[in-house]
Amino acid sequence: MEVGIVSYGAYVPRYRITPEEIGKVWGVDGKSMSKGLMISCKSVPSPEEDTITISVEAARNMMRRCEVNPKDIGAIYVGSESHPYAVKPSGTIVAEAIEAAPHLTVADFEFACKAGTAAIQTCMGLVGSGMIKYGVAIGADTSQGAPGDALEYSASAGGAAFLIGAEKTIATIDHTYSYTTDTPDFWRREGQMYPRHGGRFTGEPAYFKHVISGAKGLLERTNTTAKDYTYAVFHQPNGKFPTRVAKQLGFADLQLTTGLLAPTIGNTYSGAVPLGLAAILDEAKPGDRIFAVAYGSGAGSDAFAITVTNEIDSYPRHKAPSVKDLNSNLKFLDYATYAKFRGKIMLGSE
Amino acid sequence: MRRVAVIGIGDTEFGELWDSSFREIGIQAGLIAVADANISADKIDALFVGNMSAGRFIEQEHIGALIADYSGLARDHIPATRVEAAGASGGLALRQGFQAVASGLHDIVVVGGAEKMTDVSDTESSMIQSSAADQEWETVLGATFPALHALIARRHMHQFGTTREQLADVAVKNHKNGSLNPKAQFQREITRETVLSSPVVSSPLRVFDCAPSSDGAAAVVLCPLDQAKKYTDMPIEIAGSGQASDTLSLHDRKDICTMEATRVAAKRAFDMAGISHKDIDVAEVHDNFTISEILAIEDLGFFNKGEGGKATEAGLTALEGQVAVNTSGGLKARGDPIGATGLAQAVEIVTQLRGTAGKRQVKDATIGLAHNVGGTGATVVVHVLRRV
Amino acid sequence: MATAPRFWRENPSRYNLVGVECHNCGRHFFPPRSICPVCHRKSVGKMEKVKLKGEGKIFSLTEVQESPEEISMQKPYVLAMVELVEGARVSGQVIDCDACDLEIGTPVRVTLRKLSEEGPSGIIHYGYKFVPLKEKAP
Repeated sequence: MEVGIVSYGAYVPRYRITPEEIGKVWGVDGKSMSKGLMISCKSVPSPEEDTITISVEAARNMMRRCEVNPKDIGAIYVGSESHPYAVKPSGTIVAEAIEAAPHLTVADFEFACKAGTAAIQTCMGLVGSGMIKYGVAIGADTSQGAPGDALEYSASAGGAAFLIGAEKTIATIDHTYSYTTDTPDFWRREGQMYPRHGGRFTGEPAYFKHVISGAKGLLERTNTTAKDYTYAVFHQPNGKFPTRVAKQLGFADLQLTTGLLAPTIGNTYSGAVPLGLAAILDEAKPGDRIFAVAYGSGAGSDAFAITVTNEIDSYPRHKAPSVKDLNSNLKFLDYATYAKFRGKIMLGSE
Repeated sequence: MRRVAVIGIGDTEFGELWDSSFREIGIQAGLIAVADANISADKIDALFVGNMSAGRFIEQEHIGALIADYSGLARDHIPATRVEAAGASGGLALRQGFQAVASGLHDIVVVGGAEKMTDVSDTESSMIQSSAADQEWETVLGATFPALHALIARRHMHQFGTTREQLADVAVKNHKNGSLNPKAQFQREITRETVLSSPVVSSPLRVFDCAPSSDGAAAVVLCPLDQAKKYTDMPIEIAGSGQASDTLSLHDRKDICTMEATRVAAKRAFDMAGISHKDIDVAEVHDNFTISEILAIEDLGFFNKGEGGKATEAGLTALEGQVAVNTSGGLKARGDPIGATGLAQAVEIVTQLRGTAGKRQVKDATIGLAHNVGGTGATVVVHVLRRV
Repeated sequence: MATAPRFWRENPSRYNLVGVECHNCGRHFFPPRSICPVCHRKSVGKMEKVKLKGEGKIFSLTEVQESPEEISMQKPYVLAMVELVEGARVSGQVIDCDACDLEIGTPVRVTLRKLSEEGPSGIIHYGYKFVPLKEKAP
């Protein structure tokens, strides 16, 4: 049984803010910040959006592109580090909103930025074992950076949903490999509004070690090299890290460009690799091979080798907005509005 | 059915009555009305009280008994009934009293209306007013009460070319009338500019398009017409009473620019009185928003559909106009203590028909009309009053 | 403050615009009701729940500047009365657009957003709002 992606859908809020605008408030040279991070702007959710609404948008876009009966969906997993409820699943609302309830299993995942890809792996197992016909894996976030913190220049919002199944797959997931250690580079304690991080510790021993180990592990196990792939997408906390990691692994810029969204959308955390993958599927052709490595702080990586099938030619991509479409009709915010949107302003209470 | 007359009227000042509690306001209007009718307490057979939301404004239900009690009528054990139909609570209470007398069940009936709106915050007050609309399918979606009327206004402007200035003219006229009413909440004239430069509440409606939150009460005393001369030289007959309902949600109406319930209630009242809209000299209509008055004067038949704005601009609804509308200042300037409003309208019409309205007196007023609306038109009560 | 069930029981209509169709006259209503106001008794037992398509046109609109407290963060917002393709009308916000780009007749499509939340520790309510539908190029 060839398990793969039957359909997919993406969603990114229309609001954006630039590092220059954020830097202006904190006395930071936003221009060089923007250049250093390779982020020209980041997406911002409106006050009426959260991980649940983003997940629903992505899941509905996914359903618009296929004829699958929602009642045939046996599992929904929403991966996020910004579930609106600490206790009460996001996935149940998604299940009701796409009319998949009640005969299915639902759970929320959290593994920093790779909870969405963990959800894909779980669905692969359930579909592959024959336990379910279809599973929905969603990676979505409305990540927060504390005011003035380095994360504030990148932490953004967005997500993508994948319908995992074994029939009429537009892309098969040929192999997946994960690499996991206990590495506290970034965390958020229960009840805390903003995450904390280990500064430069998030780089070499965390992101780079795990992404490269995950990537190499997958290349070895599939007996492939960078040149065998048409596209590559890596977790992208900014534009710089994935570019560097791609170079180290021997991927060329051309393979990376399509799935590299951080420069215009920012770091969508659990949404990052799923959105990158969605952007690639927006233009992929039969036979194209995709190499994807997600990274989650804490820390681990999930690597995937994917092959696009002939189904993609008859797959109605146009029935839902492409990632490019979602990156148009933008509205840029000033910092004050951004702070209001993100709940960073303390309100007087009665 | 017996003919029914108003033999006494009373009202409090309308406004922010910080010193007065709900029960104080409630009995004050009743006392004035009873004194005006020249009756003693033991003559009162029944009490009806119009009140929209004391439960939320002052966390007090059981308003009928409360008002009877503090009116000193507890030991008389009279039937006391609270009537609720949102903004039309007062008008509907009047209709209940009218029915009780007309049917022969009671002879002397006191009908009061009262609301105490300023014991809650402004936002809370707005929320409570919004509960006249459909909470589950309008309010929850962000449709505030002003927003629903703004939808009507926008559509009316789109369909009939009603202008922003014409809406303002309603407020200007009603403030002018209010300036002649010593009991009005606002006794200051305004200009178009005042309205057009006031803050937007829900476009195109601005602060000066909206009636205020008010405390206040009003009351009337009713008795059979054939007994009225015992109490007063100047009985005013309730010649017609009409009530109609419509969908709770505005979006379920066929045409949001017409308040069908107004047309139907008015027809019923006109038919009962044996008159037509042409016979009305003076009308108190439910101008909780400026657009509401435009709809009202069209749906009551005074002007063709779509021409209410033009008619207002041309002064046809002014004191000396074709039909004098909202001589008291209306809800806009006299104030809108919700449950009291329908009674305050009746009090104003009786005052006009008695010829005691002073500076705002409409010459030779013989037949008057009170038009009271609940929600966005889900309940409408129309009364025709006549000098006898 | 209302408890969760009052909102929860309406979720099918709030999330998915579930209304009813009268199988006596074919009219659609939203939210569901058990009696057709046109067919009256003939409609009893013939009112079937249907998911409305969620597409329609703005019938009237307003930009709300004074809102209930729990949604004050969304101010100003556009509230519209939307005439759905099935004929039923609903009230709802139109989002992700500038008010000045909307007019009576603008085509819209339903989406799901936060409607309100009961303070920082209470239930979050989700439901339908509308987005302008971009005219597809011919």
